[in-house]
Amino acid sequence: MTGSIHWPTAVLVAVTMLLLWLAVWLLRRSRRRGFISETDRATYATLHTASLASRHLGEGLTPEAAERAGRHLLAILGAHAVSIATPGSVLSWTGTGEHHRSLAVPFGERTLETGRTVAHGGEDVACSDPDCPVRMAVTAPLVSDDLVIGTLTAWTEHSSPGLTRATEEVAAWVSSQLALAELARTRNQVVEAELRALRAQISPHFIYNSLAAIASFVRTDPDRARELLLDFADFTRYALRTGGTFTTLAEELRNVERYLVLEQARFGDRLSVSLLVAPEVLPVSLPYLAVQPLVENAVRHGLATKEGTGHVTITATDLGAEAEIAVEDDGVGTDPERVRTILDGARATDSVGLGNVDARLRQVYGDEFGLVVETAPGAGTKVSFRVPKFAPGVHAQA
Amino acid sequence: MNHPLSLAAVVLVCLTTLAVGGLGLRLSRRTSDFYVAGRTVSPRLNASAIGGEYLSAASFLGVAGLVYGAGVDMLWLPVGYTLGYLVLLVMVAAPMRRSGAYTLPDFAEARLGSRAIRLVSSVLVVAIGWLYLVPQFQGASLTLTLVTGAPSWVGGFVVMVVIAAAVGAGGMRSITFVQAVQYWVKLTALAVPAFVLLLLWFRDGHPAPVVPPDWNVPLTPTGPGDHPTYRTASTVLALCLGTMGLPHVLVRYYTNPDGVGARRTTVTVIALLGTFYLLPPVYGMLGRVAFPVLPEGVRSDSVVLRLPGDLVGGLGGDLLTAMLAGGAFAAFLSTASGLAMSVTGVLDQEVLRPRLARFTGGDAPGVRGFRYAAVAAVVIPYVLSRVTEPLGVATTVGLAFAVAAATFAPLIILGVWWRRLSTTGAMAGLLVGGVATTASLGTTMARDDLGGWPAALLANPALWAVPLAFAVAVVVSLATPGRIPASTTRTLVRLHTPERVRLARSRIRD
Repeated sequence: MTGSIHWPTAVLVAVTMLLLWLAVWLLRRSRRRGFISETDRATYATLHTASLASRHLGEGLTPEAAERAGRHLLAILGAHAVSIATPGSVLSWTGTGEHHRSLAVPFGERTLETGRTVAHGGEDVACSDPDCPVRMAVTAPLVSDDLVIGTLTAWTEHSSPGLTRATEEVAAWVSSQLALAELARTRNQVVEAELRALRAQISPHFIYNSLAAIASFVRTDPDRARELLLDFADFTRYALRTGGTFTTLAEELRNVERYLVLEQARFGDRLSVSLLVAPEVLPVSLPYLAVQPLVENAVRHGLATKEGTGHVTITATDLGAEAEIAVEDDGVGTDPERVRTILDGARATDSVGLGNVDARLRQVYGDEFGLVVETAPGAGTKVSFRVPKFAPGVHAQA
Repeated sequence: MNHPLSLAAVVLVCLTTLAVGGLGLRLSRRTSDFYVAGRTVSPRLNASAIGGEYLSAASFLGVAGLVYGAGVDMLWLPVGYTLGYLVLLVMVAAPMRRSGAYTLPDFAEARLGSRAIRLVSSVLVVAIGWLYLVPQFQGASLTLTLVTGAPSWVGGFVVMVVIAAAVGAGGMRSITFVQAVQYWVKLTALAVPAFVLLLLWFRDGHPAPVVPPDWNVPLTPTGPGDHPTYRTASTVLALCLGTMGLPHVLVRYYTNPDGVGARRTTVTVIALLGTFYLLPPVYGMLGRVAFPVLPEGVRSDSVVLRLPGDLVGGLGGDLLTAMLAGGAFAAFLSTASGLAMSVTGVLDQEVLRPRLARFTGGDAPGVRGFRYAAVAAVVIPYVLSRVTEPLGVATTVGLAFAVAAATFAPLIILGVWWRRLSTTGAMAGLLVGGVATTASLGTTMARDDLGGWPAALLANPALWAVPLAFAVAVVVSLATPGRIPASTTRTLVRLHTPERVRLARSRIRD
C-alpha cells in the first residue's frame, strides 16, 4: 500500500493546507483587531504593560524586581528614565542619563519626609553634558502600611502637569502591588509559623502518652523500654529539626514507623497497621511532616475512641508523573462538614495537622494538589493527596 | 505460513500484558512491616527493568537482520547500543538522579528554569517517542504476518490496541518488577533457540556461511556511492549519545534512591545488555548458513523467525518459533508501553490538561485527559508506520537515536558539566539539532534518489549534526552571558555533591 503514495503530491497537499490555515488565521487576527479603536488599543497596551510590571513586583522591593519592573514603568510613563530608590540607596535606573543616578537619593528625601510628590527643576538637575536629555525630575512616594518605604522618580526634559500626575498614579499603583507582595509574604509566614506550631503541638498529648507507655515497660521489659526511648528520641529529632522543608517519602515513612511503634506501645493489639507502598515512589520528594500528621489524625480521631481493633492502611501508589499517598482508617469517621471547616481554617480546632498539611501542599504544588478527605460518621476516614514526582524548587534534604 | 503454537505464544504475551496493566498496584506487597515496605528498588532489579524496556524490536529482530544483510560492519550496532550506557554512566547517571528530574523536560526546567525550554523539550520527547514507536509497530506487523499470514496491518494494530489499553488503565508502567521479568523473558526466548540452532550447526559439521565477498570484510563499500566508514562512525555516535535522550530510559532512573544507586544500576545494565547482544549476531551468521539468498519480497528482519523452522523443522521448530515470536512480542510490548507512557505523560501534562481545564472549567476528571493522550500517543505512530516506506526496523530506531543525540545530548551534557550554559544557548542547540536531524530524516524518507555523499550525510546525520548542535549551544551561550540562569551554581553543586556527604551526618542509628 505504501507504494501507492505519490510523495511530491502528498507534500504539496500538506504544505498547501498549512498555508491555507495560516492565511485564515492571519485574516481572523487582523479582523479581530479592526473592532478596537485607537484609544482602546492604547488603554489595553498600557494595561498589558502594567500587568507585565506587576509580575516582577510580586517579590517586593528588591533591586532585581525594581530593575525588571522599571522597564515597563518607563514604557507607561514615557519619560527618559525611571529610577526607584529606598532611603539611602538607588535600587534601579532604567533609561538614559544614568550619570544622574546619585541624585535619586537626595531628591527622594523631601518626598520621604512629607509623603508628597515633588518636582525638581533645572538648577537641581545640573548637567554638563549638552546632549543629556534629563533636565528635570518628578519624585513620587511608594507607600506601604502608611509608611513611605521608597520613591519613584521619572526623569525627563520638560516638566508637565501630565507627567507629575502620571508619576503619582504609577507610584500609587506600584504601592498597591507592593502591598500585595507583602500580603503573599505574610501568608507564607503564617504557614511557616503553623509548621512550627505543628512541631510544638506534637508534644503535649503524644509526649505524655509515650512516656507513660515507656514507663510501664521499664520494669517488666527494660529492653523494649530502651528501644522505645530510642525511637522517641529519633522521632523528636526528626519532628523538631530545623532547616530543610522537603524530605523523601522513604524518610517520612521511617518517621511514621517510629510514631506508630510508640503508639502501639500504648494501644497494644488494638492498633494494627498495614502498608501498601510501590517501591518506585519511595524517592519522591514531599514537604516534611506531610504524612505523619495524617497518620496521627487517623490514630487519634479515628481509632482512639473506637472499641475493638482499629486498622490503619497507608498506601503509596505510582501514577506515572505523580505519586498518590493515602491514609485510611476504619474508625468512627466524622461529619464531612466538620472536615471542611478544618481545611478552610475557619475554626480553631485541635486538628491543626490536616489544615496545615493541606495549606503547605497547596502552597508548594498549587491548588490542585490539596488534601482529599473521604469520610462519614461511622464509615472510617480516608485522607489522600498527590505529589508530582518533580516540581521546580522541591529538593529533599536530610 | 501458519503456526498455531506461535499464535498462542503471541496471544499469551498480549493477554499477560493486559492483565498486568489491569491489576496495577495489586502486585505490590501489602505488609505491616515498615522495613519491608520501605525497601527501595535494588540497582540489580532496576537494571533488569531498564534492560527489559530498552531491548526493543530493533534489538530482537533488527540487529540480526542487519548483520545478515550487511555483514560484519553491523556488529557495531550492538556495541553502540551498549556503549550508550557507558556514556550515561560516566557523564550523566548520578547528576541526573540528583537533579530530582523525572522526565527530560523536568531536567531542562530544573537546570535552566525556563518554561520555553521545557516546552521545546516536551515536543522533542514526543517526536523521539513517536519515531521510536514506529519500528515497534513495524516489527509487530512483520512477526504476525510471518506467523499467521495475517495482513500486514494486523500486528501493529494489535500492539497499538494492547498498549493503549494497558497505558490507559495506568498500571503497566509503574511496576519495575514486571519490566525486570521482561528482560529475562526476552533473553531466554532468544538464547534457548540460539543454543539449539548452534548445536545443530555444530552437528552438521559447522558449515561456513555462504556470503558475498564484502560481507565479512569490515568497512567495504557495497557500491560507488556508499561511505561505510562515515556511516558506521555516525551510527555509533548517534547510539552513544542518543541513549541518554530516550524518554523511557530516563524515567527509570528516578526509581533509584540516589546517585550511587543510579551508577550501580548503569553498570549492571551494561552487563545485562552485553550478554543479550551476544545473541543477535549468532542469528545473523546462522541465517547466512541457512539462506544464502532470501526469497523475493522477504525482509531480512524476519531471518530470526525463519531460522528454527528451516533448521529444526517439525514440532521442535514450531516450539522454537513460538518462543521467538512470543519473545519478540514481549519486546514490542514492553518497549512500546514504556515509550507510550512517556509520550502520554508529556501530552497529558503539557498539552491536554491545560486545554481540558480551560474548556470545561476544571470539571474534567484528570483521568480522561490521560486516556485521550494515551490514544494519541499510539495512534499517530501507528499511522506513521503504515505510511512511511519500511526502512528496516533497526534503521528507523537509529533515526530516533540520531534525533535524541543531536538534541538532548548537548542539553544534558552541557547542562551537567558546563556552568556557562545560558538559556538562549541551550534553546539554540536544541532547535538547531532538532531541525537539522528531522529535516535530513524527512528528506531521506521522502526521496531515495539522492545517492553518494548527500544520501550518506542525510541518512546518518549524527556525525555532523551533533557537533553542530554542541557548537551552536556553546557559541550562543558565550555570546549571551546575561542569560545564564542565576541559580546555576546552586544547581550544579547539588548535581555533583555525592549523597554520602549528607548520609554521613544523618546515619547514626543504622
